[in-house]
Amino acid sequence: MIETDIIIIGAGPCGLFTVFEAGLLKLRCHLIDALPQAGGQLTEIYPKKPIYDIPGFPEVLAGDLITHLMKQAEPFKPGFTLGERCESFEKTDDGKFIVKTSKGTLHKAPVVAIAGGLGCFEPRKPPINNIADFEDKGIEYIVRDPNFYKGKKVVISGGGDSALDWSIFLANGVAEEVTLIHRSKSFRGHPDSVQKVLDMSASGKIKLLTDAEVIGVSGNGVLKTLQVDRQSDGPGVIETDHWLPLFGLSPKLGPLADWGLNIDKNSIEVNTFDYSTNIPGIYAIGDINIYPGKLKLILCGFHEATLMVQSAFKRIYPDKNYVLKYTTVNGVTGF
Amino acid sequence: MENIINITVVDREGKEHNLEAPTDMNMNMMELCKSYELPVEGTCGGMAMCATCHMYILSEHELPEKSDDEEAMLDQAFFVRGNSRLGCQIHLRDELDGLKVQLAEVGG
Repeated sequence: MIETDIIIIGAGPCGLFTVFEAGLLKLRCHLIDALPQAGGQLTEIYPKKPIYDIPGFPEVLAGDLITHLMKQAEPFKPGFTLGERCESFEKTDDGKFIVKTSKGTLHKAPVVAIAGGLGCFEPRKPPINNIADFEDKGIEYIVRDPNFYKGKKVVISGGGDSALDWSIFLANGVAEEVTLIHRSKSFRGHPDSVQKVLDMSASGKIKLLTDAEVIGVSGNGVLKTLQVDRQSDGPGVIETDHWLPLFGLSPKLGPLADWGLNIDKNSIEVNTFDYSTNIPGIYAIGDINIYPGKLKLILCGFHEATLMVQSAFKRIYPDKNYVLKYTTVNGVTGF
Repeated sequence: MENIINITVVDREGKEHNLEAPTDMNMNMMELCKSYELPVEGTCGGMAMCATCHMYILSEHELPEKSDDEEAMLDQAFFVRGNSRLGCQIHLRDELDGLKVQLAEVGG
């Protein structure tokens, strides 16, 4: 069990700055993030994009801003649980929270700060009504273990790198049969991979269906057939053991949506006095919260983090008085 | 009026909304829809990284070519047609007066 003062869910800019502001109040923090590295969207999606509205930085690359924030937080020795998604929480008798991740790691603290940004990036699921009936019963959105497909019939959908790469890999002696279905004739993936797929299609190792789309799934408890619509010759069916729809990732609120927090427009409602949620002890800051006048800006998230830790301090030490100290007067004393 | 063009947005229920769009505010179609509180999420904020502003172009206006980012995103989105575009990549300018678009279904 990892114990700390503030569990921060989300290691993006807002979560990282929370470590600094909490540290000034002698509060320790532990960050949890579903991505394998800190920085959130800024490192995962746009590390090379310049940001122009961080006060004091006329221009800063997103990746560099994260490097600076990590350095700023460093004296306060934050803990990290990376590559694990927060799944659930429970309240203990002494008024603390235990947060559990997808890998079962447990974290305990009197305060939880949700700085989850857009949420977790989850696989984009095709809009087929009964698709959920066959999830993990023949339909998988990510390949966990390629050997799982040994000797099986596999259909892959998508036109990007993961669809191409897995088609090539599974068709090289792993699966019994690989069919790649793509909506158009052109592929967006790496040119080498595209050429390889075309070559393997020509030699019969991969069955390639372009201008085609899976529009229905059926089976008896487990996936048996896919209904496929082809522009050239209309609807048809394909018998298969597995279907891998690989359409990339999109941000979703994920398990946090079921925590009993008040949600509006996929965001967590907060009180702007201290960015507290409807659950005492749980706060939400940055892009994931919503309140009248909300602006999804990094600089607003920094402000929210700063006010939030004041309230967290009072919750953790109700009897201690605190007076704001300037870093220019006292400097920064780490742990 | 100067710096104002008219744009028609057909929502997912088929209702037409006639919008006055400023061309001097550096806005795009995603932002225009949001400013009129039409059901467009624009989750990624306009970086062509989600498809929540996916729309179909119904009029014959000439639009700038799709960037690689937009092509890649539309390749992964659902309900994509020949006239699909991401609203966030269509910047409002005077030549787009009379543009008519339809919001695509939300998928995935």
